[in-house]
Amino acid sequence: MTKKKLIIALAGNANVGKSVVFNYLTGLHQHIGNWPGKTVERAEGTLSFKDYTIDIVDLPGIYSLSTYSLEELVSRKYIAVERPDLVINVVDASVLERNLFFTLQLIELETPMIVALNQMDIAKRKGIEIDAEKLERLLGVPVVSTVATKGTGIYELLERAVEVIEKGQTTRREVKYGEEVEERIARINKMLQGIEFYYPQRYVAVKLLEGDEEIAREVDRLMPRAVEAAKKLADEIENLHGHPCSTVITSERYEAAGRVARQAQKLVPPVRLTTEERLHNLTTHKFAGYIIMILSLLLIFYSIFTFGNYSSEILNNLLERLQPLSTGVFGTGIVGNLVWGGVAEGLIAGVTVALPYIMPFYIVLYFLEDSGYLSRIAFLMDNAMHKIGLHGKAFIPMMLGYGCNVPACLGCRIMETQRERTLAAFVTTLVPCAARTVIILGLVGRFVGIQWALVLYVFDLFVIFVLGRLAFRILPGEPSALIMEMADYRMPQLKTVLKETWFRLTEFIKIAFPLIIVGSLVIKAADVSGLLNPVANLLSPITVAWLGLPVVTGVTLIFGVLRKELSLILLAALLAPAGLQSLTPVQMVVFTLVAMFYMPCVATISVLVREFGRKKALYMTLFEIAFAIILGGVALRLLTLFT
Amino acid sequence: MPKSLYEPLRDLGIPKHAGDQMYSKSIEDYLKAIYLLSRNGKPISTSEIAEHFKIAPASVTEMMKKLAKKGYVTYSPYRGVHLTHKGFQVAEKVTRKHRLLERFLHDILRIRGDKVHSEACAMEHALSDEAEESLCRFLKHPDRCPDDEKTIPACDLPFSTCEECIELHKKDLEESGRREHVPVSINQLKEGARGRISFIRGGRKVLQRLSDMGLTPGTEVTVVKSAPFHGPLEILVRGSRLALGRGMTEMIFVEAEKA
Repeated sequence: MTKKKLIIALAGNANVGKSVVFNYLTGLHQHIGNWPGKTVERAEGTLSFKDYTIDIVDLPGIYSLSTYSLEELVSRKYIAVERPDLVINVVDASVLERNLFFTLQLIELETPMIVALNQMDIAKRKGIEIDAEKLERLLGVPVVSTVATKGTGIYELLERAVEVIEKGQTTRREVKYGEEVEERIARINKMLQGIEFYYPQRYVAVKLLEGDEEIAREVDRLMPRAVEAAKKLADEIENLHGHPCSTVITSERYEAAGRVARQAQKLVPPVRLTTEERLHNLTTHKFAGYIIMILSLLLIFYSIFTFGNYSSEILNNLLERLQPLSTGVFGTGIVGNLVWGGVAEGLIAGVTVALPYIMPFYIVLYFLEDSGYLSRIAFLMDNAMHKIGLHGKAFIPMMLGYGCNVPACLGCRIMETQRERTLAAFVTTLVPCAARTVIILGLVGRFVGIQWALVLYVFDLFVIFVLGRLAFRILPGEPSALIMEMADYRMPQLKTVLKETWFRLTEFIKIAFPLIIVGSLVIKAADVSGLLNPVANLLSPITVAWLGLPVVTGVTLIFGVLRKELSLILLAALLAPAGLQSLTPVQMVVFTLVAMFYMPCVATISVLVREFGRKKALYMTLFEIAFAIILGGVALRLLTLFT
Repeated sequence: MPKSLYEPLRDLGIPKHAGDQMYSKSIEDYLKAIYLLSRNGKPISTSEIAEHFKIAPASVTEMMKKLAKKGYVTYSPYRGVHLTHKGFQVAEKVTRKHRLLERFLHDILRIRGDKVHSEACAMEHALSDEAEESLCRFLKHPDRCPDDEKTIPACDLPFSTCEECIELHKKDLEESGRREHVPVSINQLKEGARGRISFIRGGRKVLQRLSDMGLTPGTEVTVVKSAPFHGPLEILVRGSRLALGRGMTEMIFVEAEKA
């Protein structure tokens, strides 16, 4: 007998342990993709429970169902239009009032739902005791207490979920607004009689009063009269209350959430500060906070680079041993050359970046994120990021950029608006990643002096500052300020961290590998057909005349597009037997400068295309090529002036 | 009255002998200076004020004693000068008028940049409250002054957003009464202080975002701390901990709770 299919969506605020619940429910049967046509993540997984195969859809963590962000719009549309069989609302018991504000909005959407009262353990430690049964009575929807990190209550959650789906939900309590508002909702309701919407009628009436643009557009097509009337009624409320109608309704909804929260919870103020509290105070302290941040970042980068360097080399040597196998099968002719030198070398290039550098990077990142430390870093860095027109959260992708630009550009999704995502991504591509660090340290650091390498890093920050400000001026739109929750610190769960890492890593492989391999193949083909040298000669007006570098750098810079440090490795090989030492210090600095800025690597470009479209990706790439060439030439002339 | 007291006024080209009215002008100037010089409500020294006006500290001391007698400041020789609630309100009002005038002179009359400030200094004392409100509406409720991007203090009308003021603009403003306390922007609260939101500036989107996060008019907020270098503010609202960027905190006005 085939099992019946059910779809259950998980919805809730950020930082409530939603992804832990998701992992607990679905185990390894998950996949992460995008909502069609949107750069909003969609995580899905399946599980078997009793007679059912259940699809779990993890909606983005949001605070409201208004349409401030893409995430909120996507979530609301999904619940209203695609109608999952049930919504599980994951609620943080330790911040009940704000979480119930969202719960009430779900109830207003009239979707079948149950509440998972999660993080009961944290609430207890903060001195908050919640009567789940009372909460259930007050809300009129089933409430199950859970501690997802320990798996407590998850089975019961599923049982209640299936029960609600089988029996249907009848008991929900509507949010009652003040008399003035209710009276006007009733009047709009009357006008909307007889029209079919995928949103419930009362919900449409409330949203029209709130001035929701998306819903007003929909109603306008069917019943423009109602939109007009709602506008007038909203003005009346504004005159009565002295606040805009949407603020009045949000306030009253919050009041309702507060009432429920106060009735269901008992507060016993904790006598002394909890460990989480003390850790928070320390990590956001005006001196200690910065010291801790700098030290932990240095430690993280140092250990990842050390580990990456070491394991990357071992891995590379191991994989290179496969060459005889390849030549055995494909021979040493053109085909063999292309297979090994193109496809296999491309693969090796990808693998030796992904495993040794990117994997540990993701592990650390998710560890920091799940613990709550990233939001503290954003808090400390907000002011600095404002100088380039971004807010504190943008520091996180930038920081990631020092490891690898690919995850960093993907990480720009944490910014709220498309403009800020673009701006953050542009700035991020200027950050010297691990590969560029290899060039900076391996060429300038080793042969010119470590202090010059440091100068280059500082100069890079300067470039980021200047170009960031410039881009901020040029890109149209308003800058938005930071509004960010700093959830309590908590112990990250290893399983969740590893799972996130695994999904990001596969995402990276999917995005980056095809381009790295194709790029590698194309370059190898050009090499085999003897096109490389003519191209290098073609570039010589730039490389030799303008930048004062050897002709071969034309070739190495082309290879560097695949993986930036390749340009250095290849340069060493092409300059043999004299080697890199045959370059003058000025040439080394110029070469490094160009390599740092001349364009994002193919993997990064593919992310830019995916996130921002071809046009913006092309503009950024072209700009950076031009910028690097100009910068290199100017640097050459200035440096020769002083030496 | 010591002669040097008139120094700041002479700079502005105002004649000396104008009796009582003149006296109120210099009070406003002093209060404004104390308001601008003291950061986070900390007391300032008389020598700082003296330096600001480029006059002798002794004459400042004398003036401070007078202001203290009138209940505008608290003053003790060693701890310095501190604005009282009354003094603070006068100072905010003058500062508001000053910065609104600056916007007017700069945006509408297109007065030369370096003249804007001194012109506004001369005009601020003569501007009536009614004219100030009309000016604010006429300028479409500006947030900042033109020369150094400082925030314009909130008005004392009982609205929660500027849009309401625009809506009601035809009605007689006198009808809607006045606030008992002038609200201050949330970043002026001291660490650990509490206040009730009375007024939020900004467009629909910002308003929606803030109210979704629980910041609605009437809500009580506690300022926990502010990040250094004018960084964001950490606040507690409805049991959750939020970080608010500086620009945002200048737009949220609260009525401070008396400690």
